[in-house]
Amino acid sequence: MQTLLPYLPSLLAIAVLLPLGSFCAILLGAQWLGAKGKFAGTLATTAVLASTVLSFFSAGIWFTAHPAGAVDHAAHEVPPVITGHGYTLATLAGTNVGINYYIDALTIVMFCLVTFIATCIHFYSTSYMHDELDDVVDQEALLEDGESLHRPGRYARFFQSLSLFCFSMLGLVLSGNYLMTFVFWELVGLCSWFLIGFYVERTTASTAANKAFIVNRIGDFGMLVGMMALWGSLGTLNFGDIDQQQGIFSQVRGEENHYALKVPDGMVRLAAGRQIEALALHATEPLTTEQLAAKVNAEMPVWREANLGYGLLIIAGLGIFCGCVGKSAQFPLHVWLPDAMEGPTPVSALVHSATMVAAGVFLVARSYPIFLPEVLLVVACAGCITLLIGASIALVATDIKRVLAYSTISQLGYMMLALGCGGWAAGVMHLVTHACFKSLLFLGSGSVIHAVQTNEMPQMGGLWRKMPWTAGTMLVGCLAIAGIGIPSVFGLPIGLAGYYSKDLILEQVYAFRSENPLWGSFFFAAAAGGACLTAFYMFRMWFLTFWGEPRAAKRFDRAHESPRVMVVPLVLLAILAVCVAWPAFSWFGLPTLSRSIEQARPAGIWADMHGALWHITLPEESKGHTAAVTSPVGLIELGAALAGIALAALFYAWKVLDPEDVSRSFHPLYHTLYRKWYFDEIYQAVFVRGTMALAHCASLLDRLLIDRLVDGLARLGVGLARLSDLWLDRQGIDGLVNWFAEQTYRLGSALRTLQTGSLRQYVMLIVASTVAMFLLISFWTLALTG
Amino acid sequence: MSFLYEPIGLSHYLAVGAFLFVCGIVCMATKRNALGILIGIELVLNGAILNFIGFASPYFRDENLGLDGHLIALFVIVLAAAEAAVALAIALNFYNNHATIDVDRASELKG
Repeated sequence: MQTLLPYLPSLLAIAVLLPLGSFCAILLGAQWLGAKGKFAGTLATTAVLASTVLSFFSAGIWFTAHPAGAVDHAAHEVPPVITGHGYTLATLAGTNVGINYYIDALTIVMFCLVTFIATCIHFYSTSYMHDELDDVVDQEALLEDGESLHRPGRYARFFQSLSLFCFSMLGLVLSGNYLMTFVFWELVGLCSWFLIGFYVERTTASTAANKAFIVNRIGDFGMLVGMMALWGSLGTLNFGDIDQQQGIFSQVRGEENHYALKVPDGMVRLAAGRQIEALALHATEPLTTEQLAAKVNAEMPVWREANLGYGLLIIAGLGIFCGCVGKSAQFPLHVWLPDAMEGPTPVSALVHSATMVAAGVFLVARSYPIFLPEVLLVVACAGCITLLIGASIALVATDIKRVLAYSTISQLGYMMLALGCGGWAAGVMHLVTHACFKSLLFLGSGSVIHAVQTNEMPQMGGLWRKMPWTAGTMLVGCLAIAGIGIPSVFGLPIGLAGYYSKDLILEQVYAFRSENPLWGSFFFAAAAGGACLTAFYMFRMWFLTFWGEPRAAKRFDRAHESPRVMVVPLVLLAILAVCVAWPAFSWFGLPTLSRSIEQARPAGIWADMHGALWHITLPEESKGHTAAVTSPVGLIELGAALAGIALAALFYAWKVLDPEDVSRSFHPLYHTLYRKWYFDEIYQAVFVRGTMALAHCASLLDRLLIDRLVDGLARLGVGLARLSDLWLDRQGIDGLVNWFAEQTYRLGSALRTLQTGSLRQYVMLIVASTVAMFLLISFWTLALTG
Repeated sequence: MSFLYEPIGLSHYLAVGAFLFVCGIVCMATKRNALGILIGIELVLNGAILNFIGFASPYFRDENLGLDGHLIALFVIVLAAAEAAVALAIALNFYNNHATIDVDRASELKG
């Protein structure tokens, strides 16, 4: 299998392009795909299934060639990476901009993850979306006369967008430079817009789609700034080295520096423009370019010592992170994600929980080599705030999908927190495990919604009797996201997927706390408290949905277990949610998740990092895995999770406590949470209204000042024209012309009297004038000759 | 009056030409009859032709063929014929319209 390694880029490229092919086929040939595009689902599913097979085959090739976890980071070994150049779009200033690829273990893991989950969701969707095969009566889209909207089904269009999404997401994972990343980044955003606005006739859906798109643009603006900072100073956007051309990573973390982070020469040079100018101007004799370069190089250590260019690297990092904030719904741009639940549930599962929103985390992980500790602190803070906000709002949400959406926000916050605290592997691992159990939970909620035709949990209850498979798999998902596990059995911790990743995160935050007590204590409290909240709101959701007595008898009676094609993906994902992170796979010679991710760890981040501007120390990740940390943290995490579950059970299963009572006694807090911390209202008041007010002011300025000025000028022009018409034209020019005409007329009248009509007179005149001329000339010549 | 005694030379030609010319002019100036005016025109033209003939004399100039003056005279005769035809046509038309050829009656184009 190792011999197939050179073909890996092609294999992955095919895996990327298959969904694109399916997209094009559905787009162009929907009318040939059976009645109402019935086979569109089959086509899209087949394409993504083929991608899955290719991805897992590639994973096989990769991990045969590079056994998982074999990289010795302590000895400054480099993780195996395949970079390459697919197609050149443009050559700018000697650097190629084009379609590049950057393949490492992270790419492989993401490929397997995305394609597998996408396949499950495609299968699920073929059943979930079957209503769209016939004409649809949309109860939620009311026409002006109060009737429900009748429209043709959009089965084919759904799978078309889903295929495009798979293509974009896989392309994003594979891309080897920031430009390609940005292109695919926008493409997934576009797909997200299509899919959120799938029920476009519902005002809520189209508004939500626009909101998601616009909020993401804000983040992308920052990302562009970051990209410009990188391009302007380093002259490349490639991640890795291609054809002896240094990529960004090796410029920031060079081999000569043992892969430790240093501000790259390009950035120092850009920041030290004034000093270089001084060098050139104050030289005693004119310098050649080479001499100047030599002088600059000699000064470089001094400038670097003075932190020149450090700010530029911070801007680059913050800019890239800004894009991730938008895409991964981090505070303060998290507001779009809950609204995005207006899309069909499989979309929520695939796009808005498992894969696309994880793209931000993925990009942070990918760009990790260029992130300075200061930037990572911002990442951690954003993650921490997001985690708390998401978890707190999820406590009181009543819409089942919104609970999951806020839970997604909270878990994304966890990932960012982990990454920001130096836990690269922890963050990426949580990305993978979260994708598994969150897609499971969303598909489960979709199954419930499909059965009871409502999103509101107060109208559910007791559904486990009607839909045991859904209830069971959802329970597994809840346990996984709560992070249930036993810290140590036979030397190895045993638990569900979420346990491993959350454990890693908490350990890393704990290690971070020992280096930076102030920040760290806050982060650790948030992370541990967040774990408790997570367990509480997930089980609140589960109990409200499946436990107790049915609260809406009519809906309960109609409920039924979903068809097998929907249950099987649930079971598959449940299995994944249980065991995806098990370290025990290594006993069978399989690459475990943590060791696979560990292999992709970028060179040089297996070391403490110190901030130059702030006193931040990011501990290397192994410090969190010592026995002194793992046992207390594991217990804290398990305790928090169990406490959350117990609390949820007290409220909603055993009904010892009445949630109504509690919400009444903490009414202000409850209301704040219920109104989602008033974020939408604040944004509405500050940004939307602010923008509107600004626009209004501008329009006032336009109308009152500029328009009047222009109008006045126009009026002045008209007046002047009238004046000139009266005086100049009529009096002056017309008068002149008329005067000439008159004079000519008079002359003509005077001369006409000569025309007597008498021939003899004429003859006499001729004779007389001839004689006169003769005499005149004679006298003249006489006078001349004297 | 010396030229009365001289042999016939240029001055005689010119004298006859001038005489004819003046006769023509007088004729044009005094006649009311269109035909009389036409005759006066012919006299003027012939007076002019005599000048050409006189100046074309080989005694008057050395180096020429002695034919250009005669040729011009022939041309003028042809022109005079054509002119007479046109003028007669005008006179005829005029007569058709006014039953007279008195040019003093022809005042329609008077300014």
